[in-house]
Amino acid sequence: MKNLQHKLKHHGRITYFKQKGDPYIFATGLGLVVALAMVVAMVAIILTKGLGFFWPRQLTQVTLKSGDTYLGEIWERDSRFERTGTGQEVKIKEIQLKIGNRDLYGQDFKWIDLPDVERRQQPPLATVIERLEYGNFYGFIRAVHLEQTVVDSPQAALLQAVRKGMAESRRIEARIKTLEHRLHDLTEPLSVLDQKIAQLEASGQKDAPAVARQLAHLQQQADSLEAAIGERYDRLEQQLGSLYQARDAHYLTMETADGQQKDIPLYQIVRIFQPNRMTTVQKVQHYLAKLWEFVSANPRESNTEGGVFPAIFGTVMMVLLMSIAVVPFGVLAAIYLNEYARQGRIIRLIRLSVNNLAGVPSIVYGMFGLGFFVYLVGGSIDHLFFSNRLPEPTFGTGGILWASLTLALLTLPVVVVATEEGLLAVPRANKEGALALGATRWQMIRKIAIPNAMPGILTGLILAISRGAGEVAPLMITGVVKLAPSLPLDTTFPFLHLDRKFMHLGFHIYDVGFQSPNVEAAKPMVYLTALLLIAIVVCLNLLAIYLRNRLRKKYRSSAF
Amino acid sequence: METTLTSPKTEQISRLTDETIVIETKALNFYYSPETHALKNIDLQIPEKKVTAFIGPSGCGKSTLLRCFNRMNDLIPGAYLTGKVLIEGEDIYAPNVRLEPLRKKVGMVFQKSNPFPMSIWENVAFGPRVNGITDKRELDEIVEVALKKADLWREVKDRLQQSALDLSGGQQQRLCIARTLANMPDIILMDEPASALDPISTGKIEETIDELKKDFTIVIVTHNMQQAARVSDYTAFMMMGELVEFGATRTIFTNPREKLTEDYITGRFG
Repeated sequence: MKNLQHKLKHHGRITYFKQKGDPYIFATGLGLVVALAMVVAMVAIILTKGLGFFWPRQLTQVTLKSGDTYLGEIWERDSRFERTGTGQEVKIKEIQLKIGNRDLYGQDFKWIDLPDVERRQQPPLATVIERLEYGNFYGFIRAVHLEQTVVDSPQAALLQAVRKGMAESRRIEARIKTLEHRLHDLTEPLSVLDQKIAQLEASGQKDAPAVARQLAHLQQQADSLEAAIGERYDRLEQQLGSLYQARDAHYLTMETADGQQKDIPLYQIVRIFQPNRMTTVQKVQHYLAKLWEFVSANPRESNTEGGVFPAIFGTVMMVLLMSIAVVPFGVLAAIYLNEYARQGRIIRLIRLSVNNLAGVPSIVYGMFGLGFFVYLVGGSIDHLFFSNRLPEPTFGTGGILWASLTLALLTLPVVVVATEEGLLAVPRANKEGALALGATRWQMIRKIAIPNAMPGILTGLILAISRGAGEVAPLMITGVVKLAPSLPLDTTFPFLHLDRKFMHLGFHIYDVGFQSPNVEAAKPMVYLTALLLIAIVVCLNLLAIYLRNRLRKKYRSSAF
Repeated sequence: METTLTSPKTEQISRLTDETIVIETKALNFYYSPETHALKNIDLQIPEKKVTAFIGPSGCGKSTLLRCFNRMNDLIPGAYLTGKVLIEGEDIYAPNVRLEPLRKKVGMVFQKSNPFPMSIWENVAFGPRVNGITDKRELDEIVEVALKKADLWREVKDRLQQSALDLSGGQQQRLCIARTLANMPDIILMDEPASALDPISTGKIEETIDELKKDFTIVIVTHNMQQAARVSDYTAFMMMGELVEFGATRTIFTNPREKLTEDYITGRFG
């Protein structure tokens, strides 16, 4: 009896447990936790791998038992197992040292087995030089040459001298740049003439009298032009020559840890510092300066150094162009579908197709963009308006306009669907009210439906931005490049150059991470760029959400 | 019951010789779809500058009939009608009739107040603006007059630029009346305008209606028998899509000709 009671009680508890659905509640919670954990892990990995990159690391000088000496930053610690002669497995610890000096050693990194190490120390005067070429240099300053004067002691003051010299050589460099520009501007008309002459000569009909006359005329023009600018040209050349000399007279003699000497021109130096001597404040300053360089400067060394500003600019601009293109079309299409079209089988089919378009792989859009926008539309524009530049394409090749339009097409379904939802949410009473006051359908749509649907439209825009900013595949064939020579927006007429190729953070990640010559050194850069891309998408979204909330407040539904 | 419903009495009921007729329906049949026959052979004459109430149980077609007068039923896909609706002698379903002037002339107040999410001023000025008035001074005047007529001016004159959604339910409904008045219509259709309001707000709306009938022809649909008795001059009793009885309100409520009307009014069904 007691046994039975116990059984019943037990049974009851199990049943109740099942009815309450505890396992399912746990499962739903677990699902959420897993999803959150993945997101948090992603952000955490990107943050830790990326943000530490700019913090100045200590320089370690490692002397091996063999006598070899290396100076560099310790990047990673690892261990491996090796079978000794007696068949025993031994764990060998190793460190990865970034030794830089690519021009001397040929590689940036070296794995060193800890058992081979004789001595490790952190010399205070060890110096890092970030250069325009060949990556970092690690070593010791031996002498600073500033034209006639040579500073080689005291050791602690050398860094000061270098910085002074760098300022001077930067001034010289700036002067050189302006003179080079002037020289280019001077010879530009001549090279245009030369090009024309070459074209005519290559045309195969230079013996025809008309062409020959034109040729002679051009030749004469070119000769007189050359004579006219000759003097100024010589003077500029001369000035430039002396400036080059002055520039090269500012240089630094460095010595590596293993005693090799190397001269480095000061204008090649981006940044010089001695991390082992830096105070925390200096390190923070250094960090912030590097961070600022990263978001504001142009890339160097096939994108593995310097900043990503052109990529940020390209990404934001492409997203904005895409938004400008996609919102009007999406909204108009949604209005037609929702307000004007006679609801029926055909409209249902169209709506289904639009929804399905959202699932088409993005590379397919890329192919369409290439075939339609670039070749067909762009090619036609070239034939109609830029035929003088052919066969060099203007719009008939990838560019920011075509990439933006391709992405606009890709995000169109999202905007259409969201706008339709927004329009459906407009109270029927308000629509009828407007019509009952004698408004035409269009007046009703413009004054009641669209303003009320604005939050929905902006939701669509938010989704479109999120999707568009992260797409890379379709861009790769419609206009994104590894390194764009100039931004699509600048101060030369017509200011907005929609035909230009552009850089994009997503593609930058792919390029630096997988296509660069120095993948190992660029890895933190990849994480940092990813972080930046996320930050930009978040910022653009926040902006749109802010706008939406303001509108929502205005159009909150009538409280009864 | 079946016999009363099918007896052809509408002919005599709707003869009103001593009033000017503004709305007249002739053999009006309305279908939401070929299977849903919502109005059956309605012949009705609504006199000018009087309040005419439509009463009847839910689903009897009174709102549908009301919406035939400003062609709001055109919005329903698949719906159609046969017969005629004449307003001031003109067939409003004739092919060349434009909807906007018709709806300006025949205003409508809905069951649930539907102020637009705009300021009070913009709400009232909406009609005149869409109908082409742009002068700010003129609009100001129209707004003031309309709000005064709807008995709302005193309450809102200091906050015309505030959102209409901040008004109370009763005020919102009077705003909707003012919005309709701003169009200077001849006829105002009211679809249970007070059904969602408290007794005090209802009283105010009824006062407003009483005031308005001096200038406008009002057709009101109501569920509330007392309301119909209080505000209307004429009453139409409908059932299952048919017009059962139409006459002076006093007659309908005190001495109805039809047994069905009497049953409904005394609350025996409905």
